Amino acid sequence: MSSLLEVRDLTVQLKMDAGPREVITGTSLDIGEGEAMGLVGESGSGKSMTAKAIARLLPDGATVTGSVTFDGTDVLALSGDALLKHRAQVAVVFQDPRAHINPVRRISDFMTESLRILDDVPKAEAVRKAAAALDEVGIDDPGKRLKQFPHELSGGMLQRVMIATALLSEPRLLLADECTTALDVTTQAEVMAILDDLRRDRGLSMLFITHDLELAGAVCDRTCVMYAGQIVETSAASRLHEDPLHPYSAALVQARPDISSTAERLVAIPGRPVSAFEAPSGCRFAPRCPHSLDSCRSTDQVLTDLDGGVVRCGRATDLRGNLLDGAHV
Amino acid sequence: MLRFIARRGAMLVATLLVASFAIYGALYLAPGSPIAALTGGRTVPPEVMAQLEARYHLNEPFLTRYWIWLTSALHGDLGESIPLHEQVSTLIAQRIGVTISLVLLTSVIIIVVGVGLGIVGALGRGTVDTGVLFASTVSAALPAFAAAVLLQFVFGVMLGWFPVLGTGDGFVDGLRHLTLPALALAATSVALVTRVTRTAVREELGREHVQTAISRGLPWSGVVQRHVLRNAAIPITTVVGITIASLIALAAIVETAFGLNGLGAYLVQAAQNKDFAVVQGISLVLVFAFVITNVVIDIAYALLDPRVTLGSRAQ
Repeated sequence: MSSLLEVRDLTVQLKMDAGPREVITGTSLDIGEGEAMGLVGESGSGKSMTAKAIARLLPDGATVTGSVTFDGTDVLALSGDALLKHRAQVAVVFQDPRAHINPVRRISDFMTESLRILDDVPKAEAVRKAAAALDEVGIDDPGKRLKQFPHELSGGMLQRVMIATALLSEPRLLLADECTTALDVTTQAEVMAILDDLRRDRGLSMLFITHDLELAGAVCDRTCVMYAGQIVETSAASRLHEDPLHPYSAALVQARPDISSTAERLVAIPGRPVSAFEAPSGCRFAPRCPHSLDSCRSTDQVLTDLDGGVVRCGRATDLRGNLLDGAHV
Repeated sequence: MLRFIARRGAMLVATLLVASFAIYGALYLAPGSPIAALTGGRTVPPEVMAQLEARYHLNEPFLTRYWIWLTSALHGDLGESIPLHEQVSTLIAQRIGVTISLVLLTSVIIIVVGVGLGIVGALGRGTVDTGVLFASTVSAALPAFAAAVLLQFVFGVMLGWFPVLGTGDGFVDGLRHLTLPALALAATSVALVTRVTRTAVREELGREHVQTAISRGLPWSGVVQRHVLRNAAIPITTVVGITIASLIALAAIVETAFGLNGLGAYLVQAAQNKDFAVVQGISLVLVFAFVITNVVIDIAYALLDPRVTLGSRAQ
């Protein structure tokens, strides 16, 4: 599988009032043609910033080092029309559709905007395409919906509008940034199924950002786990929640309530998540890790290959197979 | 829409009624009498005095006088000016043109300069923005009467570009005569509109839906036009509308300072002369204009923002 997207050693600093703040440290990942990659981590781990860097949507004043290559093009060097073209090829489905769709414009205007402006598609044809796209995401009576305003649609319906719109512009890569988090559980499943189907039909590559390891496992081929701006593990998505290699991945798996048995108390990861700029030296997860040794805190951990995955933990080989024991006793 | 207009119409009538009563009452309580203004303070024989009082119903109780005025006003008769012996409606008609022109010209200045500078400040960063902020601060600190004197001195007396007094004849000359008064009247309001526009545009720039538009690869000009300015227009319209409505009353100061024969200046003069009928008539015209302006703002607001429906109870 050839790589559509290659991110190498990406480091991002944002300009804050208090000075530059690092949010991503040395992140590398590849997404193949037609591959779905999960990106999992807690809030502030740098997942969304990675997506923003790929789509070149970082806020003003951000400093970026490393490289992002999309279909052989150096994304970080793009400017002007080439940058606009890149953004059109990389579609983003955001978390909160209600905030991310202009409230004062009709659904048809939102959906056909880039077709009409970027591709010079005549209005009538663009509207026809939009109606067909709405039909594809399972929205009844598209003609009526197109004439409505966003506040007249439910959240789940709006997110489907968002997905339909993203696919209308025939992108090559889809960045789904916690696209089901703002929806209620039943709607989540529907939206997820639609997204997964349409992506597979079109052979579209996807970076799927979520904090739900199991969801990532269900729709992705591989999953990266991020902590404090670093990737700590990359594995086959289906394996990650049964055989995690990094203590943090294991902790994420355990933090998910097990519905088959009643737990005395829900398992939480001790401590609070940190961002890259406030991370300690040595292993960034060490202060919260039940398996940490003094040596973890003193030496920076590097990504090493282990049984088809990569992991950033010096004790990964020792701990292999024992990480989930605590929860299943 | 029809229900909205009907309700607004009823509100307009109620507002006019309350305003007319309040103004009539205030004038009644104020010291001095129209007869004194009429006779210029000379003593008049008691029989002449009695005759004058009977003619203008000055010896009737307050409520009766108000009722007499109100019933004739409802028949379209706003009464007669005591000192000038002329119909109030005629006096208003002679002066309303000047005030309307002044308010219109000022509104154009406020919209073009205020909204324009606000957008420039919000979109441009650094020096441009600082410049806009500085200019708006200076302009905000200039009350109309101070701006009037300053403009008269600089552009009228020193540079001699514009006339300082009077209304002028014809369109071009009239416009020249109105330029300085309109600038003086606009000074404070321009600053307010600039600030609000700048904040509204900045706020929209940071909105998520604007980021969506950018993420779709739309050109910057399209994003600004179709999303940022379109949405910022909602708060801007509100503040521009309220500002223009307030100009109607503020015009009095500027008209007096520039010797313009407008409604505002005449209102002040009539109040000093205790010319009840004139004060009452002009006040009602001003209240009417204010309420109508507000209705127009409400309609514009509902047209700009589909989430707002006309005639909802929340208004």
